[in-house]
Amino acid sequence: MNRPSFAWKLYIAAFYLFLFAPLLIVAIFAFNASPFPSPPWRGFTLEWFTGSGSVFGKPGILMDPIWLDSIGNSFKVAVPVALLAVLIGTVNAWVLERAEFPGKTVLAMMMLWPLVIPGVVLGISILAFFSRVANGLEDWLQTDLDMLRPGLPLVVLGQLSFILTIATLIIAARLRKFDRSLEEAAFDLGASRARVLRTVTLPFLSPALIGAGLVALLMSFENFNTTLMLVGSDAPLPITMYGQMREGATPAINAVSLLLMLGVGGIASVFALTSKAGR
Amino acid sequence: MMTKSAQRLTLFLLLAPAILWLGLLIVLPHVEILVLSFSERVAPRVYAFGFGNYLEFFTEPLYWRTFARTAGMSILVTALTLVLAFPIALYIARVAQGRLKAMLLLLCLLPFWVSELVRTLGWMMILRETGVLSYVLQATGLTAERVEFLYNDGAVILGLVYGGLLFMIVPLANALESLEPAVVEAGFDLGGSRWTVLRRIVIPHAMPGIVAGSIIVFMLTVGNFATPVLLGGKNGLWFTEQIYAQFITRFNWPQGAAFGMLLLLLSSAIVWLGLRLTGQSLGTTLKQA
Repeated sequence: MNRPSFAWKLYIAAFYLFLFAPLLIVAIFAFNASPFPSPPWRGFTLEWFTGSGSVFGKPGILMDPIWLDSIGNSFKVAVPVALLAVLIGTVNAWVLERAEFPGKTVLAMMMLWPLVIPGVVLGISILAFFSRVANGLEDWLQTDLDMLRPGLPLVVLGQLSFILTIATLIIAARLRKFDRSLEEAAFDLGASRARVLRTVTLPFLSPALIGAGLVALLMSFENFNTTLMLVGSDAPLPITMYGQMREGATPAINAVSLLLMLGVGGIASVFALTSKAGR
Repeated sequence: MMTKSAQRLTLFLLLAPAILWLGLLIVLPHVEILVLSFSERVAPRVYAFGFGNYLEFFTEPLYWRTFARTAGMSILVTALTLVLAFPIALYIARVAQGRLKAMLLLLCLLPFWVSELVRTLGWMMILRETGVLSYVLQATGLTAERVEFLYNDGAVILGLVYGGLLFMIVPLANALESLEPAVVEAGFDLGGSRWTVLRRIVIPHAMPGIVAGSIIVFMLTVGNFATPVLLGGKNGLWFTEQIYAQFITRFNWPQGAAFGMLLLLLSSAIVWLGLRLTGQSLGTTLKQA
């Protein structure tokens, strides 16, 4: 099996072409000087990034409040999701790897659950549950609780429900490799518990903490299924893109996709570097 | 040394985030849609317990046909993904060496870090009537007029298979990695043909990877929303779309909740069946991926 046939090699080559074709097409047509995101090629332009709208009637993404607002909304969701995922994920990893208590295996199983629940179902269940809570509390307190109605705070909760599992798994995997004798040595040298945590354990965990944060950021930024069910009037980027794709978009959507790809590439390389440094 | 009660308090504080997370974001919301799915509207703003939402599913052909279609097409997509991914995983795990191997795996990963919507946009631009494929066919003179490749089952299957490939390749390659070359050699030495060695040695060894990959791809496919809706258009007819329509468009939450429970049931049943048939556990399966 070590001498691959020509047909096999050809298949591999065709496969990678198939894998990258849609992404290349999206990237190339971001620079097409045409009001439609389709061939033929009408020349190179940066109008879909920085144009004011005088040439094609619609502005480039960096001048268009619709795109800028959705990118802003995505950050308003992704940053809290990433911070909370790292914070709570670390505590969860600690519970899984260090604590001993009855029912631990059940808890560990339950933490995996969110990964096997379809995103749409996570979305509607959280929407329905928090609406009931909001109705109950509003009757009782006689005030409006917009926090629990569809909108960005609810999107944060919805995304956290499954991103927490991923963050927990990443951090727990790193914690498992930790050599406990390092902590014991620090205790023997007279360090306090807080100091050991700060100077020994957390520095060892830091590659996983950064990795988990970046993965959470990325997953939040790109999540569509759960977000779609929980979104209010402020749409994050994937929701705006979906709307435009249904209506028939201008090449501005290619421009925003290219920025997204560059962002993903950047995060992926940081992730690759930190995980290599951690090995 | 800490006292017993202090230890208890520490444990409780450490457990609190996990309990809040699983309780408020997973368990109670699912109890809520389960209860909601069994409530019927008997008068304006008055609801009572009943099986009406589930009866509606079985009596309205659009609903159960869409459900059956989603399940059937997801199985087809999973099988196609497995067949397409196997030669790639085998190549990455057994043939490619050193730097080439790392690069092939990385190149596989890259497109999947990009948003599902961007990938779907790419396929829309290739397949639609005014798209790249139709343009190339016209320019080369193969067709005289524009050809629409979008808004049919083929486009939906293509998009879903594309989206599932990575989740198949990685577990397959991981499983094939541990196959001893000597075992394969022995198979050939004993007179086995390429096909026999593949069927009797390589595929049984890859089984954990095949199960893990198939389960993940099936789950992602059944629960997908954007790909069938955007690539299939009106002909997409995916069950998640029905859930969305009931919840957001028609505001009939009890009906939508019943659909949600059915989708959850389908997805869990297939995962459970896959694990049972092959004697694997969920934990090790997720670790494969």
